[in-house]
Parts: sequence; C-alpha cells; structure tokens
Amino acid sequence: MKQLALSMLNGITLAALYFVVASGFTIIFGMMRVVNMAHGSLYLLGAYLGYSVADSTGSWGLSLAGAAAGSAVAGLVMHKVFLSRYQGQDLRQALITIGLSIIIADLLLAGYGGLTYQLEIPEVLYGGVRLPVAGGYPIFRLTLIGFAILVYFALWLLLHRTKFGMIIRAAVDDRNMLSATGINVPVVSTCVFALAAGLVGVAGVIGGSALSIAPGDDVHYLLSSLVVVIVGGMGNLKGAAIGALLIGLAEQLGLAYFPTYSAIISFAIMVAVLAYRPYGLFGRPA
Amino acid sequence: MSVLLQADKLCATFGSLRAVREVSLQVRAGERLTILGTNGAGKSTLFNLIAGDLAVTSGSILYRGQSIEQLSAASRTRMGISRSYQTSRVLQGLTVQDNMFLAVQGVRRGRFGIRVAGLGHPIRREAAETLARVGLQGVELELAGNLSHGQQRQLEIAMALASQPQLLLLDEPAAGLSPNERPALVDLLRALPEDVTMIMIEHDMDVALQVADRVMVMHEGEVVFQGTPEETAASPLVRSLYLGYAGDHNAA
Repeated sequence: MKQLALSMLNGITLAALYFVVASGFTIIFGMMRVVNMAHGSLYLLGAYLGYSVADSTGSWGLSLAGAAAGSAVAGLVMHKVFLSRYQGQDLRQALITIGLSIIIADLLLAGYGGLTYQLEIPEVLYGGVRLPVAGGYPIFRLTLIGFAILVYFALWLLLHRTKFGMIIRAAVDDRNMLSATGINVPVVSTCVFALAAGLVGVAGVIGGSALSIAPGDDVHYLLSSLVVVIVGGMGNLKGAAIGALLIGLAEQLGLAYFPTYSAIISFAIMVAVLAYRPYGLFGRPA
Repeated sequence: MSVLLQADKLCATFGSLRAVREVSLQVRAGERLTILGTNGAGKSTLFNLIAGDLAVTSGSILYRGQSIEQLSAASRTRMGISRSYQTSRVLQGLTVQDNMFLAVQGVRRGRFGIRVAGLGHPIRREAAETLARVGLQGVELELAGNLSHGQQRQLEIAMALASQPQLLLLDEPAAGLSPNERPALVDLLRALPEDVTMIMIEHDMDVALQVADRVMVMHEGEVVFQGTPEETAASPLVRSLYLGYAGDHNAA
C-alpha cells in the first residue's frame, strides 16, 4: 500500500514537471501549428543557464529568473530569425527546429561537458513531511505539484481573462481572419513563442533541482512533451494537464510494478489514444 | 470624388496558373463597385491582393495615394481597408461578442492590453450597435462556431463594418443567405454611410445590380467588361458568360 501511495505521488510529481514542460509546447502548436522540435533543447538551455546563475549568485530564485529570461530570448530569436518567415510551412519549420535542437544541444555539451549537474534547492524547501500512508515525502516535490497548478491557472487566466489571451485563442481559430481585424499576428506569434520558451526554461531549473541536468535530457523531455500533448490533444491546455497526469502516473506505476515494460507503457497509451481518438483526448481537427 | 484605390496591371500567378492578369482598376471614394464573374475568374484572388492576404506577383496598388502592396493585411486593415471572405471565416472558438470586440479593438490603440473591456465599455456598446445593424441580436454570448451559416455571414459583415472602414471588400456576402434574408442585406448595404467605399463580389445578379454604381466583369483573370448596372444587365457578353457559352470578349 505504501509503495502504491509513493508511486502515485511520484507519478503526480513527474506529471507536474511534464505539464510545465509541455504547456508551452502545446500553446505553440495550438497557435502556430509549429511542432517545435527544439523544445527539449530550450529545456536543457534553461536548466544549464539556471545552474550557472545559481552557481555564481547562490540564489535559486535568480536562477529561475535567469533561465526564464535566457530561454525566452533564445525562443524569441529562434522564432524571429528562423521561423516567422516560413509561417504556414509546417514541415519546413519542424525541420528547422530539429536542426536548431541539435545545434543547441551540441553547444551545451561543448560548454558544460558530459557531466551530470544538480541545482541546489532553496533551504526553505529542504526536508520532508510525513504523509498518511506514503510516509515521508520531500517538500520540494510537493511544491512542484503546487507550482504546476499555479502555472495551469496562470495560463488559463492569460488565455481566458486577458485581451492578449483572447487574441491567442483567436489565432488558434484563424490567423488570417485575426489579421483581417488589424491585429499584427506575427508579433503575437513571436511573443507566444518567447513565453513558451521562457516557461520551459523555468521547467529546466525545476527539473534540474528535483532530478538532475545531463546531456540527453533534451531528447527525453521533447519525447515526453510529444507524448503528453498527443495524448491530451495538441493545442489544448487542459489536454496537456490530463495527458501529463496519465503519462506521469503510467511511468511511475510501471517502474514500480512492471519495470521490464515500464518504458513502453507511455507509448502504448499514446498508440491507444491515437487509434480511438486521433486528435487526442481533448483535441480537435486543426 | 477623389480616387481612393488605384490598382495598375496587377498580376497573381501560382506556378503556371495566371489567376489575375494585368488587372487595372480605379475606385472613387464613396463608389459602390460590384465585381461579377464565373468561378475561377480571379475575383477573390484580386480581393486577396488588395487586402494583403496574398502578395502581388507584379503591379502596384495605391490606397489614398500611398503604395500599399508591401504592407501586411493587418496594416491595411488599420489604414481602413476591411474585408469579408468567400466562405465564412469568423473566429469559431470565440463568442459573437468577443469576435466583435476584436474587430473593433483591432484597429484601435491598446490592442495587446491586459484587461478585456467589460459589458458597459464603449467598445462593447459600439459592437452591439453594429450587430443590431446587421440584424444579429440575441446571440451575443453564443460561440460563433455554433451559429447557422447565414448568421455567420451576418457576423462576418458586422465584423467588417465594426472597424469603421473607408474601403469595404465584401466577398459574396449573400452566399448562404436564404431568399428571405437577401432583401435585408440589400437594405443594409444601401444604407451604408456615403463615405464608405465598397467593392463587392457577388453571384446573385439581383443583389449585385441593386447595390452597385458600377459593375466590373472578370473572366479568366482579366477584366472583360465595365459599365453601369443597366449596361451590365443588357450586355450580351455578360449573359454569355453567365449562361456558360463562349462569347466575344471584345464585343463590349
């Protein structure tokens, strides 16, 4: 029973991290129809930037801010310089982001080497609490769940309660029609891309604090984002949350109870969802 | 009346297809021009060139004396060019009210602000008045995607009017409307303020000829006829094009 409770908690924690990583990915796809294959590299960039800032300042809060700002700027440049001119050419944009992801990952490998790093979490979040059934559990991991919930509601408020969010939702529907109302859609796209990149940079610091930072994380988190948004429905925030929860729980429960097959459970869920709901649980035709 | 829009030798090609071939037109401020033509004549492509949805292959477009062919569609909208599309393109996931809000807000300052204007805000009131003008009331809180086809056409026209355009481009506004709804559309278009210039693509000859000051007919990407509604109704060339047998294009 204790193992089940712990596996569930670990699954929810992992789901929280997956959601923060995938939320930007799904918003970018929803608005621009860009499958950003460099999303994992932006995660890794944020993680390493956060590590460098924390290393030189000793502040975890500053590392969050630095990672968010650095990744957002990288995303902004990536969209403005490489992607915006190919709006509507989905395949070309996806290929460009694959190239960029390889370049970013190699540059990070050259800069930080093949070592594994871990960010030190703030003192206030050290230690653990005793939970019923599960027993002791790290405070930082519980905070991560709270942070993911906060990100969900912040994004929901942005999308549904602000003018900018209304514009983003309108762009998801029909970019040309939105442009015909006088809104400068390319500027909105660049802002959204930078926002999503900043968010995944933050996820990099959180992931680097809860787990570790190592070469290869870019591919791991890109794949997890892809699976999460395919299961939940591309471009849907609620879908990303439910998808993350399903995949996070499946991975951790699989690891605990079917370790031999744990690696394939997420993909089995993805295949099953695609077979019966081709647009994902909450998706709709593009 | 001064010239509001002047296009010279506009061309649009897609590979080997020449959709618009050296089309020149001049539209005076306040004029109501209707463009007729069979499917594939290049009418909507011409609209796309003027509105900025499509880059011109060659030729020039002057709007209020300013060259606009390099400007984005959004910039042209903010200059006073507003359009509707051949097939309804309302923002389906937003409510009718929010569609109208964006249409009014899109040409004003503060587009990217944080707060969405409340129900009593002047922008909301203006939007509601425009909805009433096109006869679309009582559906403000409906998702635009849930409206009937005819209602979506009405909403699209309302959105085009909401930006208070100087040049209004309407692409088949009567398409999808029932015969009962068409007279109301004609009344609406005839009641537009005199300073609003309108170019309309329309297949319904009754609607087209009732609203137009001048008619232009396109065929295979070229302008083949221009005249008054009376001249158009009497033209053998126009009748031959609409009845589907080959005519002598030079006869006009």
